[in-house]
Amino acid sequence: MGKIKLAVKTPRIDMTPMVDLFFLLLVFFILTATFRPEEAAPIKTPQSTSPTPIPDSHLVTIMISKDDKVFFNVDNGSDTIEHIRGKILQAIGSQYQIKFTPKEIKKFEGLASFGLPAVKLQAFLNAPDPKAREAMQVGIPIDSLDNQLMYWIRFARTYNNNLEFALKGDGDANYPAVKKVIAILQDNNVNKFNLTTDLKGVELPAEFIIK
Amino acid sequence: MAEIVQEEGHKGKGKRKAKKHGTHIDMTPMVDLACLLLTFFMLTTAFNKPKVMEIILPEKPKENEKPPELDKDRALNVILVENDKVLWYVGLADPNKTLPVLAETDFSKDGIRKVLLQRNKELFTRVGNMKRDVMEGKLKIPRDSIDGRIKRFYKEDKSGPIVLIKAGDGVKYRNIVDIMDEMAITNIARYTLVDINPVEKTMVQNHKKSN
Repeated sequence: MGKIKLAVKTPRIDMTPMVDLFFLLLVFFILTATFRPEEAAPIKTPQSTSPTPIPDSHLVTIMISKDDKVFFNVDNGSDTIEHIRGKILQAIGSQYQIKFTPKEIKKFEGLASFGLPAVKLQAFLNAPDPKAREAMQVGIPIDSLDNQLMYWIRFARTYNNNLEFALKGDGDANYPAVKKVIAILQDNNVNKFNLTTDLKGVELPAEFIIK
Repeated sequence: MAEIVQEEGHKGKGKRKAKKHGTHIDMTPMVDLACLLLTFFMLTTAFNKPKVMEIILPEKPKENEKPPELDKDRALNVILVENDKVLWYVGLADPNKTLPVLAETDFSKDGIRKVLLQRNKELFTRVGNMKRDVMEGKLKIPRDSIDGRIKRFYKEDKSGPIVLIKAGDGVKYRNIVDIMDEMAITNIARYTLVDINPVEKTMVQNHKKSN
């Protein structure tokens, strides 16, 4: 009578389903990833209880940093072939007698937010690296004598008439600066706009909680 | 890395069979890579899109247009001052009469929120009850018509306060967002942002002195 031999086998794990899953997730994350664009200034938005998400496109973002500098950003519309940013830049160019080269316009279309006087735009667009660009961002002039923000808003609305406006201010920005920006928006007949905020929960005093 | 190939001993006189090796690909490096990329994309993906709070301001009055008259019993003046403090009074300040006394509060849940809720209880409970009925299924209306219904409630409101928000010196943008948020939380139907007038400036100063 022979003994029963146990087959010695190496435990093998079939990794195929795991790989399948990993790749599925990987593809999902790659497709949903939106890379954070180069920000002109770090802005810590205040909190509110509004759950409305920000619109995806046709959006003008006016940023106000905590040292009250103003930055501007507009997207290219629903499709980059419309070259809306390029058109706005050219309009600003003709307003301030600056001739932008096609290369500069292309560069501008690829960038995100910016905040500097129009005369410095060419130097900004030809800057070698993001660091150099960052150093030039001194904010868009909003004084009544040299109100460049008004022109940016006006030309943005000229080339894309279904724009929405978002005001993204730092919580510590001073109200007078924000008020000025709102006044400029209203001068351009923008009476409806959004304030970008972070979400927080609501708490009510005990006697007002509806059961 | 993954497997140890074990030679099976050949016993007896059996023919030496050619070993059948299933084509096994070592998937470990691939899994490593997929896992790494997956982690990277998961960490860089920003899931929570920024939220926005929509505000609609009244159009700027034209030159020869009189601002609408205000029912002074319903007027609730909220004056924002520095250090996140809130002052408020009811009615209109008339420099020829005794000035109303300012009450001081803050942005906590028992602060200005309570003041607003006490005055806006009727509308607040109406909106709250409607939302609760929808949640519990007692009221069957499509989700997207809730906002329309709330707007109608706002329009029908005849007794709630008319809040005039005024910003004093040293107010940060965060305070403005906070007070707008309070308006949304407490369902105030009518509110607006206005400039602080000289009488109120004196009142704020008197208030500071008395403290």
